[in-house]
Amino acid sequence: MAAGGGGCPAGGNDFQWCFSQVKGAIDEDVAEADIISTVEFNYSGDLLATGDKGGRVVIFQREQENKSRPHSRGEYNVYSTFQSHEPEFDYLKSLEIEEKINKIRWLPQQNAAHFLLSTNDKTIKLWKISERDKRAEGYNLKDEDGRLRDPFRITALRVPILKPMDLMVEASPRRIFANAHTYHINSISVNSDHETYLSADDLRINLWHLEITDRSFNIVDIKPANMEELTEVITAAEFHPHQCNVFVYSSSKGTIRLCDMRSSALCDRHSKFFEEPEDPSSRSFFSEIISSISDVKFSHSGRYMMTRDYLSVKVWDLNMESRPVETHQVHEYLRSKLCSLYENDCIFDKFECCWNGSDSAIMTGSYNNFFRMFDRDTRRDVTLEASRESSKPRASLKPRKVCTGGKRRKDEISVDSLDFNKKILHTAWHPVDNVIAVAATNNLYIFQDKIN
Amino acid sequence: MSQKQEEENPAEETGEEKQDTQEKEGILPERAEEAKLKAKYPSLGQKPGGSDFLMKRLQKGDYKSLHWSVLLCADEMQKYFDSGDYNMAKAKMKNKQLPSAGPDKNLVTGDHIPTPQDLPQRKSSLVTSKLAGQSFALVAQAGVQWHDLCLLQPLPPGFKRFSCLSLLSSWDYRHATPRPANFVIFL
Repeated sequence: MAAGGGGCPAGGNDFQWCFSQVKGAIDEDVAEADIISTVEFNYSGDLLATGDKGGRVVIFQREQENKSRPHSRGEYNVYSTFQSHEPEFDYLKSLEIEEKINKIRWLPQQNAAHFLLSTNDKTIKLWKISERDKRAEGYNLKDEDGRLRDPFRITALRVPILKPMDLMVEASPRRIFANAHTYHINSISVNSDHETYLSADDLRINLWHLEITDRSFNIVDIKPANMEELTEVITAAEFHPHQCNVFVYSSSKGTIRLCDMRSSALCDRHSKFFEEPEDPSSRSFFSEIISSISDVKFSHSGRYMMTRDYLSVKVWDLNMESRPVETHQVHEYLRSKLCSLYENDCIFDKFECCWNGSDSAIMTGSYNNFFRMFDRDTRRDVTLEASRESSKPRASLKPRKVCTGGKRRKDEISVDSLDFNKKILHTAWHPVDNVIAVAATNNLYIFQDKIN
Repeated sequence: MSQKQEEENPAEETGEEKQDTQEKEGILPERAEEAKLKAKYPSLGQKPGGSDFLMKRLQKGDYKSLHWSVLLCADEMQKYFDSGDYNMAKAKMKNKQLPSAGPDKNLVTGDHIPTPQDLPQRKSSLVTSKLAGQSFALVAQAGVQWHDLCLLQPLPPGFKRFSCLSLLSSWDYRHATPRPANFVIFL
């Protein structure tokens, strides 16, 4: 791990990450339903959506910058909250369908309303979030409080007039895309054509049209005729940000396949196959488990993609399938702890990763509420912590360091002291500014930069 | 890396010591971990998605963070008659001692007709997320049960209301015309 040195990556200027806000309760006992399961900025970065295990979505909106306090950037405050999914029970398979929101993806804004897709294991919903700041007054058939007026008492007609009212934000489900997945949905991705989107489960990927809920096209099916021959599953999928015919999907074996929908209707045969060659002599029981890709994200430019496996983050050039162009170690010190991580199931944790707006930096989470940032230009990386202790307004985050053995310095933490229950799986980076949202179990931390 | 100078607890010390000597022999840390795992679970198969793995997870009764090979083999899991049956078995499972070997083939489902008292409380879907702020008041209307978190107060200037009006109309099909409810948030 590179020495901290105080300088933090992401951006040409030398700036520091500072605490901005934290959302959520401080209780020690975390209710299962409050655990945040997804975080996503919208295209402009003004809205930040979070989904939790209880099936609820909370949307925050960035306040307009205050002229009297130019140094404090816009804060995120609650804009809307609603129950997106409810727990269900599949009677045919005797399985509970969790209401946990697996992914939220925003649609590009086309009118005054905002649209997002939220999904649990089986059902995807399109939500419309709209503002109402006017109210009609002076109805003929009903009173102001809604009671119907006696029609025989009405002697004159009037035209209702629109009057301003306190802003109200409404969320309504516009489409429900259900019954298309036998296995658990792990990804959704909106296409650049803004009309279609894909949803991926363990073995299949379906293509939907946003207007049509009773039909979807299956574009990838890797289910073998005989389930005994199954060797890998789909772990994540995403559409290319600009080419509406291209998408990628990652597998549990650490490979990525790029498919072009123009080549055939069913994209079982990939157009490109990305795999890093493995040294067969270093293979172990854990090799396949830790090589499983938990997240794949295209860069904003569309030239690169990033994959996250258990111990590292890899950046791939779409033009080169043979190996990644960059590999960043997230927490290599865990390699000697794989046995205990297997026993406590942590080895199966699915970490996500994200790019910054200019694709110059990448971020991913780790344990002990640590998260890591890698600057691709300066090749520097830093480990930061999301904790209540460093949650003073505009307080700079101090780089953290994990020591692997030997003498432990004063503010270092040893590998054995790491809290594996405090894991940062979900992070998001504002599409333009240096603002990041980090989900630490049931709390949402927002950090911003402070330009010196 | 001298082991004697470390200040770690003895249990880890032996582990690290062993790893250290193995490293000196040229074995990678991953292999050392694999050896540790095989020592603890000798019946563990070569492939991570083997049937031994499956059995271990089924015994735990925890279907959440499983290897994908287990999740896809739904046929080998217990079948339940309905959700009440499932919840009864789940409640019983939590109190049971974890069996050490093999799935319990004698586990009977449906031996007891579930009553509302036996079942765990269905979690209320109308509890607001704590991310949305500590104080959040909802006015009870149209016979729907809400959680009152604080008293209703006049809305300070600059705050937004948000409602789940249309949400109500789509969720709560028991009522024909939902009455407008005012939702107030305090930050």
